Amino acid sequence: MISASLIQAAEGDANPLLPNFWEFLVVALGFVVLLYVVKKWIAPAFEKAYQARVEAIEGGLNEAEKAKAEAAAMKAEYEQNLGDARAEASRMREEARAEGAQIVAEHKEKAAAEAARITEQAQQQIAAERASAAYSLQAEVGTLATQLASRIVGEALEDDSRSQRVVDRFLADLDADQAAQAGQTGAAQ
Amino acid sequence: MATNEGGFQPPTISETHLPEIFPWMAEWGTGFGKNMLMVILSVIVISWFFMWAIRKQSLVPSRAQFAAEAGYGFVRHTLGRDILGEKHFRKWIPLLFAVFFFVLVNNIFGAIPGLQLPTFSHAGPAYALAAIIWITWITLGFKTHGPKFMKLMTVPSGVPKWLLPLLVVLEFLSNFIIRPLTHSLRLMAVMLAGHIIVMLAGSGVEFLVAQQGGLDGYGLGALILVGSIPLYFLELVMMVLQAFVFALLTAIYIQGSIEADAH
Repeated sequence: MISASLIQAAEGDANPLLPNFWEFLVVALGFVVLLYVVKKWIAPAFEKAYQARVEAIEGGLNEAEKAKAEAAAMKAEYEQNLGDARAEASRMREEARAEGAQIVAEHKEKAAAEAARITEQAQQQIAAERASAAYSLQAEVGTLATQLASRIVGEALEDDSRSQRVVDRFLADLDADQAAQAGQTGAAQ
Repeated sequence: MATNEGGFQPPTISETHLPEIFPWMAEWGTGFGKNMLMVILSVIVISWFFMWAIRKQSLVPSRAQFAAEAGYGFVRHTLGRDILGEKHFRKWIPLLFAVFFFVLVNNIFGAIPGLQLPTFSHAGPAYALAAIIWITWITLGFKTHGPKFMKLMTVPSGVPKWLLPLLVVLEFLSNFIIRPLTHSLRLMAVMLAGHIIVMLAGSGVEFLVAQQGGLDGYGLGALILVGSIPLYFLELVMMVLQAFVFALLTAIYIQGSIEADAH
């Protein structure tokens, strides 16, 4: 605290520790006014600006984060799609190949069956034609031979069984002749 | 000033009290003087500067807005949040802001040629501001803790019972009487000392050059003038530092009231 001598020395002078009432009052009032101004206008304005900036920065960061996540998701999806498409394409190729092979096999089989059918049909037709030819020839030759013979013999051969026998024998001779002829032509050729 | 023919007469403290401009109430003491004008000027300067700087509230600040925001942010974070804590500091930003810049600008008046008088080199202003803060933290303490606040501030915990009568008296004196006195006198003493150094250098130069004259007079005068330049900057540092200390103590006292039961 203040020593006695200091107070003594300050006696004639102003004591620096003694306040001037008017200064006290003006400072107190001035400070209260300043405090009011700060509270009412300055601090809210600064807080608002500060808050706005915080939001802008945080918003920007969040947005960037979101965009990044979105891009990553999109890329993953794209890659997934690409993989799927590749798998799909290869599956389809495989399927097409299998189908193609199956179609070829089927066609081959069908063609073979058709060929076989046609061959058989042809053979059957040939056989039938041959049979009918043989039959008609047999009938015609028989008639011709009978007529010829009856003319030669001068009498109608009424007995069917005899005439039949005659025809058969004639035919057998004919066959033998044909065979002989065929053997000769085969030898000549 | 030193008009005595016999030799140098140092300036006195009375000379820090300038004659009043308007002699109102002069019969009760000093009237309305330069000091009061400067206080009013400081209120206008601080209000105008910060309101002008933040008028646009732009996201990308101008130079002035950036400087103002740096000042506001310093008070908000270093004095407010760091000391009062995340939970309580918002409410106290205006007070801390007003205290810091009021003291700062009034101190720096002492370094501006023409004004050249730190308001707080007088006891009255320092007492006034300290008193406002003293009332604030005591009110806050009783509001927060009720009558128990008196016990919290004067009865230290974990002390032997027989020591209590002594300690309670000491704690009461230290917290309620000495605290506001040191709070104000620290500021006032530093500002007054700085101001007296400036006055002393100024009157010394004036005496040496104008009254003594001669080669040694001019030489010594020039020497003092040069020597006062580092002192000026030291004073500048002191002015900023004292404003910071004053506002810091304000924050600490408020924190002490909020969390009186924590220690």
